[in-house]
This record gives sequence, structure tokens and C-alpha cells, in this order.
Amino acid sequence: MVNLGVDEIIKYPFLTEAGQYLQDKGFTLEQFGTDSDLKKIVDNAFERICIAADGKIYKSETSNSTNLPMEVFSFLIAVILLKLTGRNTLIRRFSLAEARRAEHFLEKDLMDHKDQTNEQLALKIMRDLFSLNINKSTDGFSIPISDYLKHSINFHEREWKIINRKVSDGKVFLTSHETVRLVRKELDLHITSKINSSSVPPMLEGFEDYVGKLKLLARKFEVKIIESTEYPPCIKHAIEVLEKGENLSHSGRFLLGTYLLGKGQTVEQIAPLFKNAPDYNEKVTLYQLNHLAGNSGLTKYACPSCEKVKSQDLCFATEECDNIINPTQFGRKRL
Amino acid sequence: MQEKNIEFLEDSFKQFYFEHFDLIHVPENSNQREFGFQKFNSGMKRHISLKTDKDLHLLLMQNIPSDLYCSNACYSFPNLPMSEKDWQNADLIFDIDAKDLHLDVRNEHCCIKCSDCSEISPLKTSCPKCESHKISIISLTCKSCIKAVKEEVRKLNEILINDFSIDKNDVKIFFSGNEGFHLHVKSSSYQDLGSKERAELTDYIMLRGIIPETLGFKKFNPEKSSFPNFDEPGWRGRVAKQLYVTKSKKSESIKQIISSGYTNFQKNLEEIKEQIGVKIDPNVTVDIHRIFRLAGSINSKSGLTKILVDDLEKFDPYVDACLFNDEKITLRANCPISFTLKNKNFGPYSNEITTVPRFAAIYMICKGIAFLT
Repeated sequence: MVNLGVDEIIKYPFLTEAGQYLQDKGFTLEQFGTDSDLKKIVDNAFERICIAADGKIYKSETSNSTNLPMEVFSFLIAVILLKLTGRNTLIRRFSLAEARRAEHFLEKDLMDHKDQTNEQLALKIMRDLFSLNINKSTDGFSIPISDYLKHSINFHEREWKIINRKVSDGKVFLTSHETVRLVRKELDLHITSKINSSSVPPMLEGFEDYVGKLKLLARKFEVKIIESTEYPPCIKHAIEVLEKGENLSHSGRFLLGTYLLGKGQTVEQIAPLFKNAPDYNEKVTLYQLNHLAGNSGLTKYACPSCEKVKSQDLCFATEECDNIINPTQFGRKRL
Repeated sequence: MQEKNIEFLEDSFKQFYFEHFDLIHVPENSNQREFGFQKFNSGMKRHISLKTDKDLHLLLMQNIPSDLYCSNACYSFPNLPMSEKDWQNADLIFDIDAKDLHLDVRNEHCCIKCSDCSEISPLKTSCPKCESHKISIISLTCKSCIKAVKEEVRKLNEILINDFSIDKNDVKIFFSGNEGFHLHVKSSSYQDLGSKERAELTDYIMLRGIIPETLGFKKFNPEKSSFPNFDEPGWRGRVAKQLYVTKSKKSESIKQIISSGYTNFQKNLEEIKEQIGVKIDPNVTVDIHRIFRLAGSINSKSGLTKILVDDLEKFDPYVDACLFNDEKITLRANCPISFTLKNKNFGPYSNEITTVPRFAAIYMICKGIAFLT
């Protein structure tokens, strides 16, 4: 999609196809496990994963082209190591760190007034990879509202809501930092899919030790989750309304049904809750609960987010809610 | 509803459609739309495909629906079950209804009907006859409500054109056929947005979720210069007008806002949201699989027609959308409040036999305040 020069590959190594790239440079994967001269690259790749696992961002020198094999190969070998290790927790941490690393370069390139090539490349990456059509003006950057929304819905922070953005004439106005931040999730997913789709044998000679160490490292990030059986306040409220025989809105019924189904209750267990509703009809209740549960062969509906619940005036948050973003997370604690 | 009344309404609807085929058409890309209809005292029939006006007119004559709907979405296979339809895109649609404005005047033109004993009485929380809480609210004509809804339509239209850059010719305004307006937007860059993205648009339109920082009020060390100017585009400008009232009061207002503190400003914004946010029904806009009342069809909640509005200012739904004739009909009416249709006043009625024009008879039967004897 993009013609890449030396510096560009260092900055955006995920744009290359790992296997093909190594082959083009005259290497086979096996060589990296057996050739002692290439061991440094594997060490470097291992280090790159450890840095990412630690929540930090790998730093590289982009201007020194003699570093090219080391910089690019370390990324590509890291991809291979991660695929061999098969631990999602490490893949997720690596993808996020690499996405943030690329973000840094994208932002710099977007603001590069001296070198038009850098700016054009950054704009092209944003357009081709993430369908983001960016306009640059004296005020900063602007993107069409519909493009903005497709990316911003991944964020839960209120400042990303379009109501909290400068909007005019069908466009959303952003700084270069915000523009690039908008695609972090997609960058992250793009790198994750690169790792997951890379084709490697079950194990490569000479990689066993690295893989073993990475599996040990992954254990560090395993978390145990304990979950209380108490209902969140929004669900308690919905049940109270029904118990009193008062009318619970359609959205309230949807919330209650999807929440309880999500917690593993069956349609038959949930249906009696609605018996006191002023318009109770057993047949309709069962039909609607079965519909929510996806039993009619259609979509299985998920419990709405706290934001959605709030917008429907069904949120009665307490301190115990602890900034959860979905009622199903209530009472869940990591050990 | 009793069989005799249904027969009367169906005969009237059939005759109306037969005489007004010119009013009711399939929309653009009709072969990609899902149609649906309801008959009186019956459930919804969906997943129907109609290609031409002829198909539509045939459906009207054969089925005489009480209500007729068409999807705002386009599908590859509109007549298959939902999971197999293959959604392509959907027009942006908006619904603004008088009931969502919660105006005080509403109490003056609403009465209640008990679901248990059918007693009709002035607005209360329970039935005065049997004390049941199972009541339905009946809202009758009100010019003040329509005026207020029109104002919301104007506000929405301004946002669609100025903020969202939608061509004004692509925004069509319809009277809903009861007590609100529908806005349809076709061929916009928002066609392929999913439900979550549309929810963001509705929050924007309703001014929901705005934070003080957006208006320049930082939690710590707020600066006067970050506050919006009077003539800024978008919500910053609109909120500025609400906050400062006049340009000259800007500096003084900002000083006051800052001295009242961040939390007070947050509360203030909630009030402003109620005052100037557009009161659309967000559920309609976010639903990308909805079948929406078809323009030109009769709304069985009132017997009025969903009709295109060319001049919002001059439009009077109780005249322009009341399209039945004035043949005299005798019925029994029970309604504690009066209403106006085609500039004629009707009621109140105290469970009495009365003779009214057909358009009023249909309105009263649809509203549940009269029946044929």
C-alpha cells in the first residue's frame, strides 16, 4: 500500500509482511535460531517484548540507517517469538506498546512542515489503514464527523464524545496528538492481527529458551478475579420497581433482562420477575426474553453500558460502582 | 376496539387511500426497503418487500392497514428474517414528539381512560371509578404543543445543516400524524453509521454529556480567554448566547461563572441542556433496523396523515393533515375536554350521542373517546 523507505520501515515495521521481508533480505527464520551472529537480534526482540510487557515503549534511532536490520528484525522476530509463545497477555501488551510507539512517529510526521514526504506518508497510513480522511489547515486537523465517530466510539472518556469536540460544517477539529490517538485501538488491533496471522512452525530450534522465559513472564500478568453476587444499584432499582407493581420502562426491562441473562440465569428463572408489571403477559414476556437471549436464532443482546443506562435515567450509581463501564462488571475485583 | 368501529375506520381508510394514491408512494430504493403494517386489533406484519407504487397501492386495498411502515434502512434481502437481510445503510431519521417536551399546557388537553373499566375522566393518576392504576393517557389537539415542537424542529434543522453539513434539500420534514414531527435525511455521509455512532449524534443534538472543559472551564486555574465567544459555531456559540445573553455581558458573566465554581457550572450546564438541547426521541435515531411510519399514510392513533411539510411556519396539522371528508356521522362520545379540528371546536362530551363530520368521528374513535352506536 505504501512505498516504504529505510526510515519508514523502522518507524512503522508493522506495515511489512514478516516472512516475506526476511526472505527478501536473504534470511530464513531458522537462521535466527542457529546463527550466533544473529543471536543479538533475537536478544533484542526478546528485550523489546519485555519492555512492552513492562508497559514501556521501545525506543529506537530512526536516523541511523545502519541500524535497519536490528530495528526492523527485532520487531519481526518479536512477532515470531510472541506467536511461538502463544500468550495473549504478552501479545496484547506488545501490540499496545508498539501502537503507542508508532503513534509517536505518526504525530511527528503529521506535524513535519519541512519534509512533505513524511507528512504525506502519515496521512496515507491514516487514510489507507484506518479510513481516516484528514484535512490539514492553519487551525490544525479536521476530519469528517462520520469518520471521527467510527473511531471515537472505542473511547469511554467523556472528552472524546462529539459533544465535547469543536464541530462545524460536518467536521471535527483535532490537534495532531488527538488525531493520532484516535487510531491507537485500531493500530493495536492491526499489530495483534499481524502477530496472530503470522505463519510459524510449532517451535524453532534455538528459540526454546526465549519462549520458555516469555511463558514465565506471562504468568506474572495472570490475574484472578473475584466477583460478588450482589446486584448493581441499577438492577436493584429495576427489580424494586417491578416488585412494587409499577411500570418499568422498555429500556429498564431490556437492562434487567440482558443483565440477568449475561449472569447466566435462564429465561424461565427471569420471567417471574415481571409478574407484577401492570401490563404483564406471560407469553409476551417469554417471547421477549427468548429474543434477548438469542434463542430465536438472532442476535444475543448484551447488557447496555453504564453510559447508555445513565442516558436512560436508569443509573443509580453508588460508590461501590467504582467507575465500572458496564453493570455486569459490578462487584468484580482483581486480586 | 369493537368490530363495528373497526369496519367504519377500515371503510374510511380504504376510501381515503383509493382517492389519494397521489399522496402515498414507495420511497427511493424501494426494492431494498422492508415494509410492514398493522391492522386494527392485530399484531405487526413485517419483512414485506414492495418495489413499486402499484405494489403499495395493492397492499393498501387488499389489507387496509391501520398503520403502514417502511424501513429507513436498505438491505440486500429486505423480505428475509432480520439476521439474513444483509444491512447496507440507513437514512438518518428523527422523531420529535410533544409528549417528550413535558409542557405544563399538556395537562389541559389530556384525559385518562381506564384499561380495566374503560371510564374516561380528567387527568388523574388512577381511575376515579374503579381506582385502577392501569390507565392510558389520551392527548387531544393543542396548538401550543405543536408550536413548541416546531421550535425543536427548527433547532434540529439548524444543527443538521450548520454543524453536520447536511444539504438542506436532503432534510425532509413530515408531520408524524399525531403530535410530533419526523425528519428524514437521505443521501448523507451518515448513511453507513451504526447504532453506537448514531447514539453519539443524538447526544450531540440533545446536548447530553457536555463537560465544563468543552466550554473552557478547566477544573484548576480556569482562564477567561478559553470561554466561548458569542458567535462561535456549534454548541460553544449556542451555549455562550444562553450564558451571556448579550455580547456586552460576556466578561461579567464569565467572571461570575468562574467565581461560582466548577461544580456549580456543571449543574448550570444540566439546566442549559434542558433549555436548549433538542428534544428528539433518541431511540428512534439509534435504531438502524426500525420500520418507520410511511409518508402519506394515516396514523391510527389520530386518523391524521403523516404528511410532508413545505412551510413549517404556516403548517397547521389540525387542518393540513386532517384529510377526511365532512359527511355527518352519529356516535356516542365521552370526553371531558374540547378539541379543535379543521378550525371547528368539538366537545366536551358527557357520554352522549352526537353528530359530527367524518374527520372528527375518525379522530375521536382513533383516540378512544367515541364509538359508533
